[in-house]
Amino acid sequence: MLLSPKRAGIYASALLAASLLVMSRPGTTQDVPLISGGVGFVTSTNAGNTTYIPVISPLLAAPLGNHILVESRATILDSYFPKGGGHSGYTSSSFLGLSYLQMDYIASSHLTVVAGEFLTPFGTYNERLSPIWISNFESAPLIFNLGTMNTGSSVGGMLRGSAISNDHVWLDYAGYFSAASTNEQFKSQRASGARTSLYFPQARLEVGGSYGRLLEETHENFEGLHLWWQPADALVKLRSEFAHGPHSKGYWVESEFHLASASSGMTLRRAIQPVFRWQQTFRSSPDPTDGLPGADTKRADFGLDILFPHEVRINSSYSRQSSTQDTNIWQTGIVYRFLFPTWRGK
Amino acid sequence: MNTDLKIRAACIVLTFSLASASLPAFSWRIESIQDSSAGARQSQARHQPAAPESKGAIKFKQNCSRCHEAPQGFSSRISGTILRHMRVRASLSPQDERDILRFLNP
Repeated sequence: MLLSPKRAGIYASALLAASLLVMSRPGTTQDVPLISGGVGFVTSTNAGNTTYIPVISPLLAAPLGNHILVESRATILDSYFPKGGGHSGYTSSSFLGLSYLQMDYIASSHLTVVAGEFLTPFGTYNERLSPIWISNFESAPLIFNLGTMNTGSSVGGMLRGSAISNDHVWLDYAGYFSAASTNEQFKSQRASGARTSLYFPQARLEVGGSYGRLLEETHENFEGLHLWWQPADALVKLRSEFAHGPHSKGYWVESEFHLASASSGMTLRRAIQPVFRWQQTFRSSPDPTDGLPGADTKRADFGLDILFPHEVRINSSYSRQSSTQDTNIWQTGIVYRFLFPTWRGK
Repeated sequence: MNTDLKIRAACIVLTFSLASASLPAFSWRIESIQDSSAGARQSQARHQPAAPESKGAIKFKQNCSRCHEAPQGFSSRISGTILRHMRVRASLSPQDERDILRFLNP
């Protein structure tokens, strides 16, 4: 989507209005609305062509009373890439979009009602690892679009919460219904789905399953499984997901290594994090819209992340992707995470 | 030198400048941030998480640290907002929310 000055003005006005609205409602001393997110600069070299992407992804969270939270995240970026076609120099395109704009009503200790545009709860990556200041790699997994209905966001309602939570096991759930929307800022498909996961906090082991059903002209089913294992004070974290769609399927396994345990605090050794991700996708029938490669693909991502003081991190990675042809992908990103109240206090 | 090379060179210089400027600060630890000497470096409006042995610290590791590292510092005035956001995102129980809030706001 091209960013026009008019559209940018409308968006800025909406954000300003929302900020003024929430700022006019004083909460408790710890419930001041916040602005968080990340600002970064990413480079990606794919088959010899380098793209430069300055990006900012702000998040606004504003509590209203004791049970309601209004939150929204946007992404604004510019992509500078080679003109191609024998022309020298670069051209650019801009993108501005809302990832979500939702109101959460905490109805009880086991139930939260969400309304608005929200991140589609399928698998783990979309909700947990997609913020630019969290993700270990600059690129999303190849199977990201399976189950998230291409847009990654849904417009409608969601029920979610923790059904069981004790020292031994947690059972989380999320179920949603989304209407079709062609609005530029609230694109979604008519769909429904659910996710549930079991987490064993002492073993730091989580297993879960996701289901999504596309309810557009053709009805399609998507299934997903995820497994995370992050032993306490271990020097490695393992995350994995599998997703299956009507025309393709795939999985990714990511390991994050640490040179020192978390109990040693954030030392230099702890701040250097080698990461590795193995991905594979399988194409059963052609579907140019599901976001996966057109042919069976294998990809190995080797990364080195460094967490600097002052909330700065650098992600760098080399990827080797094998499909109908082999390609090398180099990516680097420097990201600063910001987190502050919407206004200064005494 | 073409534009591509210039931008790459600028990125490399920026990265190494940042790295060299930040290396002396790498001695920070969560524990040391909590002691009074580190606290004195912070303004009164800012604070750092409490002792890692606390119940809240354990809950923090069991929940928040699965996805991201502990923030290096933030205003205590938004700790409740952060926890409400994470209560929804991570399906925290009310008790977990209180424990982690106490950890973030000792």
